[in-house]
Amino acid sequence: MKAFTQHNGVAAPMDRANVDTDLIIPKQFLKSIKRTGFGPNLFDELRYLDEGQPGQDCSNRPVNPDFPLNHPRYQGASVLLARKNFGCGSSREHAPWALDDHGFRAIIAPSFADIFFNNCFKNGLLPIVLEDEIVEQLFQEMYAEEGYELTVDLEAQVVIKPNGETHAFEVDTFRKHCLLNGLDDIGLTLEDADDIRAYEAKRREQAPWLFDAVK
Amino acid sequence: MGHPETKKQTLYDKLWEDHLVKSRDDGTALIYIDRHLIHEVTSPQAFEGLRLAGRKPWRTDSVVATPDHNVPSDAAERAGGIAGIRDEVSRIQVQTLDENCNEFGIVEFGINDPGQGIVHVIGPETGVTLPGMTVVCGDSHTSTHGALGALAHGIGTSEVEHVMATQCLIQKKMKNMLVRVDGELGPGVTAKDVVLAIIGKIGTAGGTGYAIEFGGSAIRSLSMEGRMTICNMAIEGGARAGMVAVDDITLEYVKGKPYAPKGEQWDKAVENWSRLHSDDGAHFDEVVVLKAEEIEPQVSWGTSPEMVAPISAQVPDPAAESDATKKSGIERALEYMGLKAGQKITDINLDRVFIGSCTNSRIEDLRAAAAVAKGHKKADSVKQVLVVPGSQSVKAQAEKEGLDKVFVEAGFEWREPSCSMCLAMNADKLGAGEHCASTSNRNFEGRQGYGGRTHLVSPSMAAAAAIAGHFVDVRDTQNAGGAK
Repeated sequence: MKAFTQHNGVAAPMDRANVDTDLIIPKQFLKSIKRTGFGPNLFDELRYLDEGQPGQDCSNRPVNPDFPLNHPRYQGASVLLARKNFGCGSSREHAPWALDDHGFRAIIAPSFADIFFNNCFKNGLLPIVLEDEIVEQLFQEMYAEEGYELTVDLEAQVVIKPNGETHAFEVDTFRKHCLLNGLDDIGLTLEDADDIRAYEAKRREQAPWLFDAVK
Repeated sequence: MGHPETKKQTLYDKLWEDHLVKSRDDGTALIYIDRHLIHEVTSPQAFEGLRLAGRKPWRTDSVVATPDHNVPSDAAERAGGIAGIRDEVSRIQVQTLDENCNEFGIVEFGINDPGQGIVHVIGPETGVTLPGMTVVCGDSHTSTHGALGALAHGIGTSEVEHVMATQCLIQKKMKNMLVRVDGELGPGVTAKDVVLAIIGKIGTAGGTGYAIEFGGSAIRSLSMEGRMTICNMAIEGGARAGMVAVDDITLEYVKGKPYAPKGEQWDKAVENWSRLHSDDGAHFDEVVVLKAEEIEPQVSWGTSPEMVAPISAQVPDPAAESDATKKSGIERALEYMGLKAGQKITDINLDRVFIGSCTNSRIEDLRAAAAVAKGHKKADSVKQVLVVPGSQSVKAQAEKEGLDKVFVEAGFEWREPSCSMCLAMNADKLGAGEHCASTSNRNFEGRQGYGGRTHLVSPSMAAAAAIAGHFVDVRDTQNAGGAK
């Protein structure tokens, strides 16, 4: 996994509550057996005026001029400002893959859905929870100033505004450690293989029916 | 398992403690996974990850696979097996699951195997998932299995790889929520109506960060199928896991299932499972109470499962909403859905009807729909009514009972087991602007097809709508007595 330490980039809006993962990446693109290439189809039904198909060249599709991410001022944006309960619904990890592939490194919202939140950390994408009022303020400042940039410092756990003002955020110690160092958590868990084996032996004794093979 | 009698625990606390391999100083824990279900959509990248890292599955006998999302529901197309899938991208995905299961030695109920079906339907019906287990799957509706008194939730693909490689998940303990439904449900009011009413009350993020236990007399008197419908949609209320305590109804359901313990093992298992309920006085961080008598048949009108109303109500007016975010959400939903504020729910006309999905495709659901459909015809204005059984086993049972004939005589289409129009990954989908009465779980924009408009309802409400051509209160229809 790629590491996340500090990031600075243009902020872009996804200004609606309860954005579900179907909206982030529609189902027809889930037929891919790869982890990459989802970026052109991020928010597909909002970005384009036609129905997208897997494997299609998106460069010739009619774009929706009303969708903010299509506006010139948000091109190259890498920090997404969002509203409450971002990423609800389906557990598809294709959602963070699409956001990452499109170039987003951090998402700031008042709240996230659990599975999506968890999936982000596995892909070097940082979901940041800030108070509703602060997120609202960031939205207003972003709308008011073209090229509005935010800096995210994971080590210090702060979001830094262009005027230098900072907002602290919480992040789990373990997730922070993995992100800062770009660590593969399977490798870390396997360091505890002896504990897993010991638990398994005990469980096999207490509940042997759980170990009967399905054929 | 040697717990002190004095410690008052919730069902979730017990399941968590039973599977705790190790607590770490940073507040995370390693949780052991007993059963790992996989399907074709969220597993290929996990297998690829294993291959790239040169890793093997920790315990192949804990993994069970089946293709469900991409498989055709059309009998002719289905008869050709994997090679017969017309959509090339879908075919490759189903084929890839087959190849990965062969390479890694994982049991798979293949596309036309008698054990095939929607992963959340075949787990409980075969005993592949059991009380007291931890169950995961790269699919958010894994919460379904919590109905057995199991800790079951959806995971992402990276976690699918993690569980395959380590048999564990890195977790933080969730908070406890009790959703209690007291009293007795009225006739024609089903588990689906109960869970839609719950989501309408707590909201789509109400359960975020919680494991929800569903309790109270109305839940206790539900069949296992009904409990599965409720737990299935816990995620639509924001909770990864939903669960119901083990009782006699659970044991009676599990007993004799092909992969359930037998003989002495059964007795030992029952003894073990008998403690799978919350202790009296156990602490819940949040308690939500609903009165069963107040729950009417429900219909969703918007683009989030929390946008739901009783059949007797009207589509809400955004002008009446004071919260700005909610107000704009309602406005956007009404525009997408092509509905007017104040419009009666019963005035919504349907273009298609879908009876199926991991929420409502079990035998009891099909019986309820058939009871309403029997002796009637679908309305001419309804283009298509799909009935898609949740598994080969459900299909066989329904055919044995003659339900397929009831549906066909009513002008409904009897299909092959698959996820089908719940998420439109196979050929079954809505056209732009079409309204669908659907027994599935999500009414998100585009979920059932580009521009499609989904209304979530129970199987009996869906069948009644198919006959009337618009929503009706199933309690007013002639056969409502059979629609429990």
